[in-house]
Amino acid sequence: MKTSIGEPIKRNEDPRLLTGKALFVDDVNITGMLHAAFLRSDYAHARIKGIDTSAARERPGVVAVYTAEDMGEDWAPGPSNVAPPPAEEIIFHSRTQVPLAKGKVRYVGEPIAIVVAESRYIAEDAVEDIFVDLEMLDVVADLEAALDPETILVHDDLDSNLAAHMFQGKGDYEAAKASADLVISRRIDFDRGAAAAMENRGVIAHWEEKAQHLTVWDTTQAPIPIRNGLAARHGLPENQVRVIAPFIGGGFGPKILLHYPEEIMIPWVSIQLCKPIKWIEDRRENFLATTQERQQIHEAEMILSKEGKILGVSHTFLHDTGAYDPYGLTIPLNTESHATGGYDVPNYHSEVKVVFTNKMITTPVRGAGRPQGIFLVERLLDIAAKELGMDPVEIRKLNFIPPEAFPYEREIIDQAFTPLILDSGNYQPVMDKAVETIGYHQFISEEQPRLRAEGKHIGIGIIPFVETTGVGPYEGARINVDPSGVINVATGVGTQGQGHFTSFAQIVAEQLGVDVSDVNLITGDSAEFHWGTGTFASRGAVVAANAIHASSKIVRDKVLKLASKILEAPEEELELEGGFVRVADIPRLSISLGDLALEANPLRGTVEPGMEPGLEATAYFGPQYGAAAFGVHAMIIEVDPETMMIDIKRYVVAEDCGRILNPLILEGQIHGGVAMGIGNAYYEQLIYDENAQLLNASLADYLVPTACEIPHIEIEHLETRSPLNPLGTKGVGEAGTIPVPALYAQAIENAFPDHDFEILEMPLSPNKLFEILYKKEVGR
Amino acid sequence: MSDLYQLTVSINDTEYQRSVEPRLLLSDFLRHDIGLSGTHVGCEHGVCGACTVLFDGQPIRSCLMFAIQADGHEILTVEGLGTPDDLHVIQEAFWEAHGLQCGFCTPGFLMTLVPFLEENPDPDEAEIRHAISGNICRCTGYQNIVEAVKLAAENMKTPTRG
Repeated sequence: MKTSIGEPIKRNEDPRLLTGKALFVDDVNITGMLHAAFLRSDYAHARIKGIDTSAARERPGVVAVYTAEDMGEDWAPGPSNVAPPPAEEIIFHSRTQVPLAKGKVRYVGEPIAIVVAESRYIAEDAVEDIFVDLEMLDVVADLEAALDPETILVHDDLDSNLAAHMFQGKGDYEAAKASADLVISRRIDFDRGAAAAMENRGVIAHWEEKAQHLTVWDTTQAPIPIRNGLAARHGLPENQVRVIAPFIGGGFGPKILLHYPEEIMIPWVSIQLCKPIKWIEDRRENFLATTQERQQIHEAEMILSKEGKILGVSHTFLHDTGAYDPYGLTIPLNTESHATGGYDVPNYHSEVKVVFTNKMITTPVRGAGRPQGIFLVERLLDIAAKELGMDPVEIRKLNFIPPEAFPYEREIIDQAFTPLILDSGNYQPVMDKAVETIGYHQFISEEQPRLRAEGKHIGIGIIPFVETTGVGPYEGARINVDPSGVINVATGVGTQGQGHFTSFAQIVAEQLGVDVSDVNLITGDSAEFHWGTGTFASRGAVVAANAIHASSKIVRDKVLKLASKILEAPEEELELEGGFVRVADIPRLSISLGDLALEANPLRGTVEPGMEPGLEATAYFGPQYGAAAFGVHAMIIEVDPETMMIDIKRYVVAEDCGRILNPLILEGQIHGGVAMGIGNAYYEQLIYDENAQLLNASLADYLVPTACEIPHIEIEHLETRSPLNPLGTKGVGEAGTIPVPALYAQAIENAFPDHDFEILEMPLSPNKLFEILYKKEVGR
Repeated sequence: MSDLYQLTVSINDTEYQRSVEPRLLLSDFLRHDIGLSGTHVGCEHGVCGACTVLFDGQPIRSCLMFAIQADGHEILTVEGLGTPDDLHVIQEAFWEAHGLQCGFCTPGFLMTLVPFLEENPDPDEAEIRHAISGNICRCTGYQNIVEAVKLAAENMKTPTRG
């Protein structure tokens, strides 16, 4: 069988993307289309006393204006994305986002009214015409103060701003603590960042009254669940709603909320007016009203033996869900799943309180709770190593889960609500590879002392991490051989730049003996394939890829069976190559896959009982539980003590994400992930003031790293295949991002050996680092 | 409704005459009035660089100009650079080096790089990174964009197309 899996094949989708010929949502243009703009709240918390839309309605070119009152019976909060986990003693108050604010506004940017007009320009003019009478309320801006009994409520019908409360654990932490030699306790703080995909969100809805059919183009990562949700909301059978997620300009998590207010409103307005309606988010809206992540406050503790063996990890933490909690406990569950890293930790205890605040909703952003968990365990381990006088690499090696211990049970549940089991891994060789590649020992024994003697603030960091990937429930794919010889593949996941058109095609090409460029992949169109959950949680290369693998194997069997009949040769003597089936030793005895597809779909004669027409198959894959990838990042930095700017001299990634489908695409995912992690660690922070006003809602003020901040990244691959899926893949989409904050903290501390400080917060910035470093001096 | 003004502009070597509102952004004009939607809009405040086009040969942010300001000028957009069957040498290099993922920022990078490589046929890595520092990419970490530029510079020395 010709190999295409594992080859660095350049991407099928690129020529269209490179020439401006790929369809993005904002490129859709329908005759008679109207344009929508939203009036959004300028205040984080206020009671709505009245809304006067009369001036807006009178503006020439305005077709309609709607408020929550105008929606009548159709006004209803969105569904919950993720149900609360089936844990014991759990408290969970579900309060989901609303299509338009009713009664009160709960965050800056919450939609209050929608204007529909002949152009977006007119719609935005008319938004300014609307008068909203607001009674200001106290604002819940501080995560810790939110739970004070005196604090005003985000949701008036609850007793407090507590959204959820949950415990998890393994072993007996308190008993282990009693016999521990070393206890390290610290408070750890994270603040918010943005996903900042280059394409903002957008929705176009086209209700065709006579056909009773709704078509929606949506920048979603989950087109099928959006289709299902819209059908349910409008009382339509699912086959009367088609949702298309065409090319999407980056997702990174926030494009998967089900449903954003705009995803509810645009289809609803289209049905009211029987007109196609377009809404495209602008960048300010994206900052205010697209979901964010990462704010948590932990009281964290690690207990160890005097030899440096971890005896337990405990953390009690607050997690900010913002004004609503549609995404359940996914992020804090991921934090818990990663708070013990890749280590053999016999005792674990966690308590999380999820808190409502008057800020935008939080949902997973690339990393999705994992960077916080890894930061926590790695920071505590760094501090413990210092206390014990141990080398940071050695203390990690001492504690890694040994290869023979897999599958390794954490005895807690993960984001999929299944028991967290790390399926497979071999961690020490990955650490060794990173140590060797960056020249760790040579650097700390020779180079660093020399550079320090020259007065340079040069530091090294080396941080391992796990990533739970490839969670269920399932994905599916339909594959058929087109009479033209092209192989059509349809799957339900959306695509936002991950190279699915190529990596998935490689799987099919290998089974059917065709060129990768002859595989035509269709993703994200519910009319083509209408089962699936979406692209999230680093699951495409695990769940969708294995569904494609399964269906291409069935098609291969059908091809062989029919060709055997036509070529009058036994199946085992047939081979598939170059788009033909041929008898191995007799090359002239062959038939093209296209001709075979025609033979499989005859106009006369009969399809035998038990047979199906065509060379087509649909198959599904659902993993038993997620696959756990592993990696180690290492970097050498030089810090300018005047400006606190950090120059990354070297950046090394050693990773093991199981079987590699396409190394070109894999490395691209890691590069992008690291770049986002660098932003998370040192440049990007959403700054909210005490009124929960976002102060840096523009790309001029919120600093997404440019090519000058991101270093060249050296990548080394190791491979421990997952036993849980036939391809042996593990996910990698979020891997690059996860360890970077912990790596920055470690490397910065290492760069200033004479300063007594600890980095226990993220994101940092040059200003913050200056404050941390010189706080003591300044205080004197 | 504002008054409309006549505008004559050359886009990708084709002359267009249109009536536009004075406040119409050049980016919206290109995308929605002319239908050249390969130019993407990422921020509408001139930071991300996705909407970069060539204006009389110079890269500009089409979200920071009004369409009427293009009256009498020449514009080149990504659609004028190459086609899927006949890619520009820079487009070819981006394909070869995996210099794009979601592809949304890509047209802006390409249009920034066309004049850069004409003026700097042999750039080093620092110069390349500086040249693209006004364009934001969230997917690639820039590494393969830098590789693509190096490759394009190399290939431009031994051109494969006219």
